[in-house]
Amino acid sequence: MTLTIPAGMPQYEDVPRLDVAKVRADFPILDREVNGRRLVYLDSANTSQKPRQVLDALREHFERHNANVARAIHALGAEATEAYEEARTKVAAFINAPSRDEVVFTKNSTEAINLVAYAFSNASASGGDPRFQLGPGDEVVISEMEHHSNIVPWQLLCERTGATLRWFGITDQGRLDESNLDELVNERTKIVSYVHMSNALGTVNPTARITARAHEVGALVMLDCSQSVPHLPMDVQDLGVDFIAFTGHKMCGPTGIGVLWGRGELLAAMPPFLGGGEMIETVTMARTTFAAPPARFEAGTPPIAEAVGLGAAVDYLSAIGMPAIQWHEKELAAYALDALPTVPGLRIIGPQVPVGRGGTISFTLDGVHPHDVGQVLDAEGIAVRVGHHCARPVCDRFGVPATTRASFYLYTTTEEIDALVRGLERVRKVFG
Amino acid sequence: MDVTELYEQIILDHSKHPKGAGLREPYDAEAHHVNPTCGDEVTVRVSLDGGKIRDLSYHGEGCSISRASASVMHELVQGAELEHTLAIQEAFQAMVTGRGQVEPDGELLEDAVAFAGVARYPMRVKCALLPWMAFKDAAARAVSGGEA
Repeated sequence: MTLTIPAGMPQYEDVPRLDVAKVRADFPILDREVNGRRLVYLDSANTSQKPRQVLDALREHFERHNANVARAIHALGAEATEAYEEARTKVAAFINAPSRDEVVFTKNSTEAINLVAYAFSNASASGGDPRFQLGPGDEVVISEMEHHSNIVPWQLLCERTGATLRWFGITDQGRLDESNLDELVNERTKIVSYVHMSNALGTVNPTARITARAHEVGALVMLDCSQSVPHLPMDVQDLGVDFIAFTGHKMCGPTGIGVLWGRGELLAAMPPFLGGGEMIETVTMARTTFAAPPARFEAGTPPIAEAVGLGAAVDYLSAIGMPAIQWHEKELAAYALDALPTVPGLRIIGPQVPVGRGGTISFTLDGVHPHDVGQVLDAEGIAVRVGHHCARPVCDRFGVPATTRASFYLYTTTEEIDALVRGLERVRKVFG
Repeated sequence: MDVTELYEQIILDHSKHPKGAGLREPYDAEAHHVNPTCGDEVTVRVSLDGGKIRDLSYHGEGCSISRASASVMHELVQGAELEHTLAIQEAFQAMVTGRGQVEPDGELLEDAVAFAGVARYPMRVKCALLPWMAFKDAAARAVSGGEA
């Protein structure tokens, strides 16, 4: 018997879908065994696995086109330069940036955030653009939900400039607490930098109110999109923020390549971060004038093959379709949020419903330390992350020293979530 | 690898019922150690009586390995000669960092031999070592003048 959904209601085909078996065939590592069991990889928020298409692009680059970029006049140099710049074009299209020159390659999200933080202190030290001037009395706003990479650079910036660091709290439901938005973001605020999707809680933060308030008081807005760009469609023009940071290795690309996207006119007003080759216009022994963005922020030989790999990853994700990936993970999150609480003593830390959240789920198990949970799961071939996930304030907020975190991606299956639930039963047996 | 080789019964028992836990007065020195990768923490206090450990008290937040390690350490160290306890500390460190290549000295290490399996789990070595390193630190401070 087939189930018919009445006309006028949302139909099964209305949502974009992906064929997970077909996707998995692209990821050679998913076939390997760990401790005698088929690998169940539930640590994609930490780093994603890489499809053959990306591995092939890396190999082909090194085997056929390897040379330094932007300085070699020979054929290989031209090919490598073209490949590197084509990756920039692909990334720009992937996030719907109005111009490819707004895409700055960094080594990771951390460097992208530091690049913006240093624009503030360098502009403050040298009398640069007033939007980046920061001093005593000024305020920088972050949140309690941040990864350490979006806390520490701003703490250090505030120490260098005498500005004050403030932050949004987290509600008991694991959502950003916007109740004091108008007081927290005020005329003294110069930048608001917060996470789009929490790596520890899975929460996807709404941005419209915060962006509107920040821009109303003349503050800039930066979003840490390390966990969102890999998992949901990104349109920076629709988002309306000023900067986003993300990293290649969490979105099927290689490590060592990240992205800062910034509004063109802001990047143009920013002083350089790192000094060196390729970021200059003219150098004399006394002083240097700098290249226009993005070159201004890409000192030295960049991660060329890594950029090419990221370009291939973007092609791969686009071909499957980001709306399909987002929906797949929404279904996985809904499944896991039902399945996990069947384990006695399990407590989910973060949003309990698959709305306004992604496929990253943190939990605790009564009486068993996450380290021990992770160890027993590993013996079953199941890879999860345990610890504070580089977001210790989140753990403090919920009064736990650490959590176990399962995180999904386009290749994750509901069978793997079942395996996790069985693994947790085994954990309870060992420590029962 | 069979995970039960890591979780010896003796480790599970100590982690469920830790011996000598809690921070006690008086003490000559204390040390607080943190494992920044997992957030485990332990505070160890040492009270000396001549060349002997009069009391070793501790409080920690951590996994079964680090809890059991602190408990076994308390049993081995309490009332023993300081010199002897430092020798145990050294042997324990050599065993768990030895990648399975170090033959543990059963006579010296007693129950702590149960942690030999940890050496084969590089990610867990720090867990087992955390209380012992805090003890070493606290003992050194106690000897050198006892600033708390």
